[in-house]
Amino acid sequence: MFLEVTLQMLDGFKLTVFIFLVTLLGALPLGLIITFGSMSKIKVIKSITKAFVWVIRGTPLMLQIILVFYGPGLILGSKGIGRLPAVLVAFIINYACYFSEIYRGGIESISQGQYEAGQVLGMTKTQIFFKIILAQVIKRIIPPMGNEIITLVKDTSLARVVSCVELLKAAQDIVGLKAIIWPIFYIGAFYLLFTGVLTILFGKIEKKLDYYKG
Amino acid sequence: MGNESQGTTVLKVENLCKSFDKEEVLKSVSFELNKGEVLAIIGSSGGGKTTLLRCLNQLIIPDKGRIIVNDDVIFDDALGKENEKNLRTKRLHFGLVFQQFNLFPQYNVFNNLTLAARLLAKENNKKNGGSQEELKKEYAKIDEEATKLLERVGLKDKMKAYPCELSGGQQQRVAIARALILNPDILCFDEPTSALDPELTGEVLRVIEGLKSNDNTMIIVTHEMEFARRVASKIIFIADGVIEEIGTPEEVFENPKSEKLKSFFSKSVEVISQNS
Repeated sequence: MFLEVTLQMLDGFKLTVFIFLVTLLGALPLGLIITFGSMSKIKVIKSITKAFVWVIRGTPLMLQIILVFYGPGLILGSKGIGRLPAVLVAFIINYACYFSEIYRGGIESISQGQYEAGQVLGMTKTQIFFKIILAQVIKRIIPPMGNEIITLVKDTSLARVVSCVELLKAAQDIVGLKAIIWPIFYIGAFYLLFTGVLTILFGKIEKKLDYYKG
Repeated sequence: MGNESQGTTVLKVENLCKSFDKEEVLKSVSFELNKGEVLAIIGSSGGGKTTLLRCLNQLIIPDKGRIIVNDDVIFDDALGKENEKNLRTKRLHFGLVFQQFNLFPQYNVFNNLTLAARLLAKENNKKNGGSQEELKKEYAKIDEEATKLLERVGLKDKMKAYPCELSGGQQQRVAIARALILNPDILCFDEPTSALDPELTGEVLRVIEGLKSNDNTMIIVTHEMEFARRVASKIIFIADGVIEEIGTPEEVFENPKSEKLKSFFSKSVEVISQNS
């Protein structure tokens, strides 16, 4: 019984990890693009980006998943994009917005002097960003990013709202089918294990970047 | 005095103006500088000293006027806005040492020096269609130069150290070496010792004094009056965005003409006597 339940939950866990990884892969770079938008000198771009971030951060992720999944069908009468793709799109956009604000905070915390030092040494804007600023930003945003990424692990459970069988849904199904309650506690161990690994990983990254201050 | 008549004109500043919002910070500033001269800019805070320096380095774009270095017009309001690429090349006429050092914290001392030089070498190599071999040779030259410069500022043994491991004085000496590696025509210092503890200013001032030669033209914005008097060949006193006095240290320090300069000196003396 235990083995059977474990195997079934591992299937759900696989989907959880998949949502997690794809979200990171999409949201990390998309977040940077949104950051550039919200820091743009062109006012229109800046306002549109800021409004977008406000809407995404100001509404529940669960609502966004539902909208992405049902929205196209209801509004356009089209077939929609499928459960998992809808979940992934909603997650990527949502997390990109959160990441973008963390990036922005990181970038704005770097002193103007670093840019100026690069400028007087004849570096281009791109060189200054990638050779001087970025590494310092990464160092500074590791702790808040760790927070956000651990939240992402737990947020994957929201995918069940459109019947994606991730870890939580898998456990719930077992509970309903077999009339046993313990799997619902058992999944806690999966989440703890996952976030535990991430905590250690982030600790290591922080330590690795500890060779300098600033 | 001798230097002035010998040297060729390196820098010409003509009618430079700059306002922030409605406040005029520089009001038609003009002066010239010869090769090998050391110019000290003195004056109260908020008088426009730093703004002048930053205009020269094009960190601030002036509103009006002209800046000419070695017959190369690096700023002229009549020519309109420069594109970024031109701006970069023109900036390289000047080196700038900041009050707050602004070393790159994630690079060790050696790489702080070589980073920009290597990027420039790579860019030039690409532009000229040079080979990898040639680029490697360029890099080797840069590394050699960096080592020499670190020796010159007395920090060869700190080559592998990170900025956070150095004292303020050491960081500023690294910053000086970093500014020198690109061979600027004019090296500028923006209050190089103001962020330092008093016991650390000496080592930095000694390095700056050691750079004085017939080839190195320098502009130093400073509050160290003794230093300005000893090292500078020309002094400019700026107050409220206007050059009130310009002359040799003897002229300016011993025979101040304007009331503003006299009152500035009397205030400085007060500060000195209060501190001691």
